[in-house]
Amino acid sequence: MAFIPHTRADVEEMLAAIGVPSLDALFDEIPAPLRAAELTGVPTALNEMQIGRLMRERAAQDGTPLCFIGAGAYEHHVPAAVWAITTRGEFYTAYTPYQAEASQGTLQLLYEFQTMIAALTGMEVSNASLYDGASATGEACLMAVRANRKSTSRRILVPATLHPRYREVAHAIAGQQGLAFDPVPYDPAHGTIALAALDAAAAAGDVTALVVQQPNFFGGFEDVDALTDWAHAHDALLIAVVNPIALGVLRAPGDWGQRGADIVVGEGQPLGVPLSSGGPYFGFMTTRKEFVRHMPGRIVGRTLDAAGQEGYTLTLQAREQHIRRAKATSNICTNQGLLVTAATIYLSLMGAEGLERTAAAAHARTRELRAALVRIPGVRGAFDGPFFHETVLRLDRPVAPVLAALAAQGILGGYDLAHDYPELAPAMLVCATETKTDADIERFATALERILTQAPHAAANT
Amino acid sequence: MAMREPTIFECGAPQRGASDQWPTPAPDAMADIPPRLRRERRPRLPEASELDVVRHFTRLSQRNFCIDTHFYPLGSCTMKYNPKACNQYAMLPEFLGRHPLAPVASSQGMLRCLHELQEILKSVTGMSAVSLVPMAGAQGEFAGVSMIRAYHRARGDLGRDEIVVPEAAHGTNPATATMCGYRVREIPVNADGDVDLAALRAAVGPRTAGIMLTNPSTLGVFERHIVEIEQIVHGAGGLLYYDGANLNAILGRVRPGDMGFDVIHMNLHKTFSTPHGGGGPGAGAVGVSNRLAPFLPIPIVGEDDGRYRWLDEHDLPQTIGRLSTFMGNVGVLLRAYIYVRMLGRDGMRAVADHATLNANYLCARLAALGFDPAYPSRRASHEFLITLKRQARLYEITAMDVAKRLLDLGFHAPTTYFPLIVPECLLIEPTETESKATLDAFVDAMARILAEMQSDRERLKSAPHTMPVRRLDDVRAAKQLDLTWPGAPAAAESAGA
Repeated sequence: MAFIPHTRADVEEMLAAIGVPSLDALFDEIPAPLRAAELTGVPTALNEMQIGRLMRERAAQDGTPLCFIGAGAYEHHVPAAVWAITTRGEFYTAYTPYQAEASQGTLQLLYEFQTMIAALTGMEVSNASLYDGASATGEACLMAVRANRKSTSRRILVPATLHPRYREVAHAIAGQQGLAFDPVPYDPAHGTIALAALDAAAAAGDVTALVVQQPNFFGGFEDVDALTDWAHAHDALLIAVVNPIALGVLRAPGDWGQRGADIVVGEGQPLGVPLSSGGPYFGFMTTRKEFVRHMPGRIVGRTLDAAGQEGYTLTLQAREQHIRRAKATSNICTNQGLLVTAATIYLSLMGAEGLERTAAAAHARTRELRAALVRIPGVRGAFDGPFFHETVLRLDRPVAPVLAALAAQGILGGYDLAHDYPELAPAMLVCATETKTDADIERFATALERILTQAPHAAANT
Repeated sequence: MAMREPTIFECGAPQRGASDQWPTPAPDAMADIPPRLRRERRPRLPEASELDVVRHFTRLSQRNFCIDTHFYPLGSCTMKYNPKACNQYAMLPEFLGRHPLAPVASSQGMLRCLHELQEILKSVTGMSAVSLVPMAGAQGEFAGVSMIRAYHRARGDLGRDEIVVPEAAHGTNPATATMCGYRVREIPVNADGDVDLAALRAAVGPRTAGIMLTNPSTLGVFERHIVEIEQIVHGAGGLLYYDGANLNAILGRVRPGDMGFDVIHMNLHKTFSTPHGGGGPGAGAVGVSNRLAPFLPIPIVGEDDGRYRWLDEHDLPQTIGRLSTFMGNVGVLLRAYIYVRMLGRDGMRAVADHATLNANYLCARLAALGFDPAYPSRRASHEFLITLKRQARLYEITAMDVAKRLLDLGFHAPTTYFPLIVPECLLIEPTETESKATLDAFVDAMARILAEMQSDRERLKSAPHTMPVRRLDDVRAAKQLDLTWPGAPAAAESAGA
């Protein structure tokens, strides 16, 4: 039971060695009135065959719909080698590499990961990962306040084109330390940050950082050069939020503007991590060398051993909670080691060329999808200008019933923007990646056209 | 084993790649993207074949200790066996492929698993409501203290700006309190390992927002005065936070809710056996009493007549908000769900019983060998502390030496130098999934090390001898920062050093 190997004889011998008469006696320091009764709220045990049956039934209930949702989580091809190696017990059942000499595999892998993410983002140093893209953005805001010596402000400009959940999470994580998050509106024609609005925000007081997502939540391109230079001209740090697959073709944040971004974060999921209902994913973070001591999270360094041979170890631990306690840069302990393992293997297989091709293929599919959908009466693009990887479409009627009708046919048609951007409604964010085929796109377009023509909506012409 | 494994950047060759994995986009796929937005130089990433990659990372994996290969008695980390079924059934293709924003109508199977997990965790902990959102123990702590803060503010009780933390606490406790905008007030523990009640009484008052407590504590003993502590803190208007790092010790034996705690986080990667993955992912579900339920982090899974849906800010307008982009680490939660269903009601108590049996047995045997338990008058919980202070003085050895020598003898080391208040300590947590034979082998290794302290000190001081590397220079690592591979040939690197 419960994966416990003890025989009855073992238990008897062990109790004798301890010098107690029974297992109950081991709990004699717990005050008697507190001792628990039977846990009636917990079902009785299932064996492996029974739980396997149950889980297969539940999984089958959810099925495998054809997915055109992006909005922060992207369905990319994951090579079989990625998880075949990641789920090896040596990676899967190890812990944080506190004993470096017995953890060189994980440590070297993390060092290689740091190297790859730094190269991809065009920055000097990387940590070994954070929880996810949203929480990494919150940590980046806290870090910016610590790192920006030119500003004593705790005010961060957070444009409306940043993922809405990232804005909420950053506020929940960093808001209690007195950080103020001020919104910046977007230009309704292009769906990108309005520079004039930034100037208005700066006129209201000092700013310690500006957060810029590229491509932004709508799939549009921000003028990252101008925004980076604007931030630096106002003594603010530029926090870049990026999609690592897109960096296969898009300019690295380290090359934005005159001086480049200061802190780069993002969601690592596209790099070989399955959608999995939203997690576990991993957040990444890179920065300039001068800011490395302000970084949260584990960092791995290469060093020498007692015999002068190279080896790897956790370093700069004086920033961390187990040493600094109340003065630590963050309370974070773990990174997302297993997901970083998958991402490092994924990036090794893809290389620069594979990543570039994946990004281009995903973009091409989204262009084809957009072209196929805007041909349908009642569907049009929401913004002018180029987009990457996903895009906003407006419908002639409320989106929710349309998406529900598509879902009934096994198609997840997009993310309804009515809640986050009511001013855009009826609008939805759609995405296709390299995993989608011509037939998939045609199936979506045909289904959508049928829904829109067969059930003309009373509230059309909104 | 001592041979260097080249970095992945040195495997392969220029222009090589795992091209079977690469898609073939149309030549004009990027034609609509303005050149000023495009990357000018390709990033330096590996150029290796699929087999190069498979061999490299498989070889790296062989340079790790892990539960599947080694006894891993890392105190406070609960390194128990991770059943293979939990992995296999959480990785069914439908679960892996589900988009986080998929509609609830096509997510009922997954939602039902999470809802049942919420209910089981409520029952096990004696709390009124549970949110599965936090992505690690530290994030669970953050959620918990954020709820304490939200509770006081909602009552207009704005003068409470301090969190009380025993000096033996995990470092995350004070770090979390700081992240939530609190001042930290540390209080001592007495010679028997219990909280110093007089110091606690002196510390609490109108500025006390709450206390963060681990029970059994990080000293490996059950806090016997928990009832008095509850009365003192609640009496002062503060709330009680339970750090669930040591929940494995008390499953089915005593519940945090019954001890009077208002909020608790659970480390599902410890007590509920989800894999540690080389340092994450974890999951740090939080449970609360009725008065904190309105503040839980969202989303939570709700149920009406057998239909499951997400509860969000419309259902919980006083929520502390969102802590992850979507819904925390669902894949980890599914593994924990499978595990608790396999344990069942009786398995819960069996876990605590055998974890405690193993710890007390190991403690008794090491004490008989001549090692010093830090709290010899106390019953061990699921873990116990040995102090090497006496041996350090007699033989000029350190806890670090013992830890490194254990690696040579085929055991992962216990936690060392934590808690900070016990000198030269080893915090040893065997867990319930280890057999008596394994524990006996560990005792034999410790006996050998004790003998080496007297007869072969140099061998001990210079351990490890059988790992891929010898003891590493951490000072050099921090002073001469080398955080990314510079690309120079490794031979030239080490020649220059």
